[in-house]
Amino acid sequence: MSFLHLAIVLPFIVALLIPLFYRWTKQVHTGWLVLPIPVTLFIYFLTFIPKTMDGATIVSMPWIPRLGINFTVVVDGLSLLFALLITGIGSLVTFYSIYYLGKKKERLSNFYTFLFIFMTAMLGVVLSDNLIVLYLFWELTSISSFLLIGYWYHRERSRYGARKSMLITVFGGLMMLGGFILLHIMSDSFSIRAIIRDADVISNNSLFIPAMILVLLGAFTKSAQVPFHIWLPDAMEAPTPVSAYLHSATMVKAGIYIVARFTPLFASSGVWFWTVSLVGITTLFWGSLNATKKNDLKAILAYSTISQLGLIMALLGVGAASLHFDTLSDDIYVMAIVAAVFHLFNHATFKGSLFMMVGIVDHETGTRDIRRLGGLMRIMPITATIAFIGTFAMAGIPPFNGFLSKEMFFESMVNITHLQLFDASTWGVLLPVVAWVASVFTFVYSMIIFFKTFTGKVKPYLLPKKPHEAPFGLLLPPIILSVFVVGIGLFPNLIAEPILEPAVRAIVPGLSTDFSIHISLWHGFTPALLMTFGVVAVGIVLFLTHKYWKPWITTRVPKALRIGKTYDNGMYYLEQGSYRMTMFIMTGWLRTYLNYMLSAFILMMASVMIFTQALDFNFSSMTKVTVVDFVLAAVILVTLVGIVFSKSRITSIILLGAMGYTISIFFVISRAPDLALTQLIIETISVVLYLLVFYHLPQFSNIEEKPKWLSMKTFLSIGVGVIITLVSLSAYNTTFYDSISKYYVDNAYVEAAGRNIVNVILVDFRGFDTMFETAVLSIAAIGIYAMIKLRLTKRGENDENE
Amino acid sequence: MMKTNDVLLRNVTKVVAFIIFLFSLHLFFAGHYNPGGGFVAGLTTAGAITLTLLAYDTKTVASMLNINTIMLTGVGLVFALGTGMIGIFTGDAFLTHKFGHVDLPILGDTALHTATLFDLGVYLVVVGVTLTIIQTIGESD
Repeated sequence: MSFLHLAIVLPFIVALLIPLFYRWTKQVHTGWLVLPIPVTLFIYFLTFIPKTMDGATIVSMPWIPRLGINFTVVVDGLSLLFALLITGIGSLVTFYSIYYLGKKKERLSNFYTFLFIFMTAMLGVVLSDNLIVLYLFWELTSISSFLLIGYWYHRERSRYGARKSMLITVFGGLMMLGGFILLHIMSDSFSIRAIIRDADVISNNSLFIPAMILVLLGAFTKSAQVPFHIWLPDAMEAPTPVSAYLHSATMVKAGIYIVARFTPLFASSGVWFWTVSLVGITTLFWGSLNATKKNDLKAILAYSTISQLGLIMALLGVGAASLHFDTLSDDIYVMAIVAAVFHLFNHATFKGSLFMMVGIVDHETGTRDIRRLGGLMRIMPITATIAFIGTFAMAGIPPFNGFLSKEMFFESMVNITHLQLFDASTWGVLLPVVAWVASVFTFVYSMIIFFKTFTGKVKPYLLPKKPHEAPFGLLLPPIILSVFVVGIGLFPNLIAEPILEPAVRAIVPGLSTDFSIHISLWHGFTPALLMTFGVVAVGIVLFLTHKYWKPWITTRVPKALRIGKTYDNGMYYLEQGSYRMTMFIMTGWLRTYLNYMLSAFILMMASVMIFTQALDFNFSSMTKVTVVDFVLAAVILVTLVGIVFSKSRITSIILLGAMGYTISIFFVISRAPDLALTQLIIETISVVLYLLVFYHLPQFSNIEEKPKWLSMKTFLSIGVGVIITLVSLSAYNTTFYDSISKYYVDNAYVEAAGRNIVNVILVDFRGFDTMFETAVLSIAAIGIYAMIKLRLTKRGENDENE
Repeated sequence: MMKTNDVLLRNVTKVVAFIIFLFSLHLFFAGHYNPGGGFVAGLTTAGAITLTLLAYDTKTVASMLNINTIMLTGVGLVFALGTGMIGIFTGDAFLTHKFGHVDLPILGDTALHTATLFDLGVYLVVVGVTLTIIQTIGESD
C-alpha cells in the first residue's frame, strides 16, 4: 500500500462516508465538503509530471499473488494524462454541480457517492497494470455510470438509458475479460508490462487475433464506436455535470485508453490497423452526420462526442503503422499518435466546457431545444463567449486548440496513403476522404450549436423560464476550460513536452530518445491547411442550407442502419420470450417443480452412470445381511406402502416418522451413534413441524389429479428409486480415491484434540463448511419468518380495508 | 395452538423438558470426545422447548423464555465467525482452532478448546433456526 494506492481508493472511501455524514451536514451543500478530494488528487498527480518525463513510477501491492493478481500501479505518460483529466475535470465538475444541483430538491448523497465511486473506478482503470484489477475497475465504471444515468430514476427515459448503457458496456467488458484471459493463457501473466515485453512471442500465437478482437470489443463498446454507439445519446439522460464528466471527458475515453495501452502489443498486426482505423473513421463520419439532424443541444453534443471519439480512435489505428517504421527519422506515423493524444486532451477541454455551457442554457432557459432557443448572446454574453470558444475549437478553427489537433489529424490521414504496408496504399485513400467529409459535418454541427442558440431572435414565449445570465459558480468551470482551449491553441508547446511526449512514449515504446514534439500554430501551406479551407468553405454553404437538406438525411437513412431500433427490438423479443418461458415453466405448483427436479436428477445420474460405465456391481465386499436388517427393511417397506396409499394426512405423517425412526435403528446397528442421535431428533422435530403446518395444508382430497399425471409421478418415483439403488450398489465397486477416514482417525486427536471424529470434522477440519451451513440455515429461517409474517400482515391490512 | 387443558401433559412436561435440556447440555459438552456436539445439542434443546410449546401455547412459552430467536440465530452466527477470527488475530489461517489444558480452580485439569466456542455458535444457530421456524408456523394460525 502506497500513497498511489491510497490516491486511487480515496474517492471510494469518501463515497462510502458520504451517506454517513450527509445526514448531519444538510445545511451545507455536500459538494463543498467533497470538493477538496479531487482538487488534492489533481495537485498530487501534477507532482508526477517531472517524474514521468524521466520514466514510469511503479508501485505494487500483492492481492492474490498465487494467481498473479497484484494491485500494481504504474504512472507513465499515458496514465498520468488520464489521471490529470479525471481529477482535473472531476474537480471542475464537482464545483459546477454544486451550483447545478439544488440542495433541497436533489438526493445529493446519492449523486456524490456515485460520482466518487466512478472517480476511483476511472483512476483504477488507467493506473493499474494488472489486467484483472483493470477489469474490476472497468466494470465499476460501467456500474457507476449506470447509477448516474439513472440518477433521476423516476423518469422512464433515464431508466431506459441506464439499462442500455449498462447492457452494452458490460457486454463489452465481459468480452474484454475473455480477451484478457486469452492474453494470460498466451503469456502466463496478468501484468500488461510483462505481456507487452512478450509481444514478439505472443503475436505468433493462434490466440493472438481472437484476444485482440475481444479486447477491441471492450474498447469499442466503452468508447461508443459504431455500432455500439447507440448507448451514448441515451446516456444524456444523466444530469449535465455527469454528461460533461463521464460521457465526454473521461469514461468514454477508457476505450481509447485501452486501445492506446495495447498498441505496443497488437499494432504489429494488419488486422489491428484496419479494424481500429476503419471503425474509428466510420464512427467519426456517422456521429458527425447524425449530430447535424438533432434538435436537442445535448443530443448534438452526444453525437459529436461519438464522432470525436471515432477521430481519436482512427488516429490511434493509423499511428499503429509507426511501430513498423520506428527507424524512419521523420516519424510521420508517430505524428498520428501525437495527434491522438493531443486531441484527447483538447477534446476533454472544449467538450467539457460545451457540456457545461449546455447545462447553463438548460438551467437558465428551461430548454435545450434549438428550435426554441435563439438570440441568447445579448442576455448571456459570458455563456455565449464560452460557447463560441468551445464550438469553434470543435470545428477546428484557429487559434483554438482543436484547430491544431485537427490539422495533425488531416496530415496523418494524408500520410497513411503513402504507406505500403497492409494494402494501405490502395484502400487507404478512403481515410482522408471520409475524414474530410466528416470534418465538414463537424463544422456544420458546431456552427448549429453556436448560431442557433446565441444569434437570431429571442423567443421568450417558447422558453419555460425567463432567461438571464448564469451565476458565477456555474460559469467558472467552463471559463477555466475555455482558458485552456485558447491558451493551448496559442501556446501548444506548454503541454507538448511535459504531458504529451511522455504519453506518446508510453504508447510507442521504441521511440528514439531525440524525438520531441513541437507544435506550431502556423505550419505552412500544407495539404492539411488546404483541407481546412475546404472544410470551412463547404461547411458554411452546408450550414446556410441546413434546413433544406436536414429533412433529407432524417428520412433517407435506411432502416437497416438504425441500430438503436435493432437494440429495442432485441430487448422487446428478449423480454417477451423470457416472459413466455417463465410462464411456461413457473406454474406456481410445488409438484411441477419437483417433477422438473426429479426428471433432471434421473437424467443426469443415469447418463453419468452409463457414460462412466459405473454399472458394474461387485457384491463380494458387502456386509452380511442379518435377520435384524431384514426385519427393519420390512418395517420400512410397510410404512412406505402405507404412506403411498394412506387416505389421511395424519396417518402419512405418523408413518413417515416411523420410517425415520426405523432408519435411525440402522445407524445404531452400523455403530454410527452420532448419526442415529441426529436422525432421531430430526425426525421428532420434523414430525412436530408437520403437525404444526397440518392446520394450514389444503384438503387431502385436493391433491387428486388426472391419471396422466399420476402415472408420470409413479414413473418418476420408481425412476428415482432405481437410480438411488443403482448408485448405492455400484458405489461399492467404484472408488476413485482411498478413503479419507484413515486420515481423520489418525489426526483427529493429534491436530484437534478431539476423539469424536464426526464432531472434529464438523467444527475443525471442515469448519468453513459448517459455518456456511449455519448461515444457510439462518437464511432459510429468516426466509420462512419473512414469508409467513409478511403474508400475515398483508392479510391483516386487507381485513382492515374490508 | 392446543386448546385442551391437559394437566398431566403439562406437569410431566415441566420435568421432562428440563431433563431433555440437561441432556442436551451433556451432549454439547461431550461432543468432542463422545457422540454429540453443537448440532445435535441444539436440536435437542429445541426439542425440549417444542415440547413445552405443545403442552402449553406459544404465548405462555414466550413469557417463560423471553428470547428473540432471530437474534439468537444472529448471535450464533457471530460466534461461529468470531471464533474463526481468532486464527487470523494469532497469525494463522481463518478458523484455525487453539486448544490447551488449563488448571482451573475447582474443576482441576480442563481441556479448553476454541472449537467449543465455534460449536456454541452452531448450537445457538440451530436452536434459533428451529424455534424461529416452529414459532412462526405455530403462531400463524
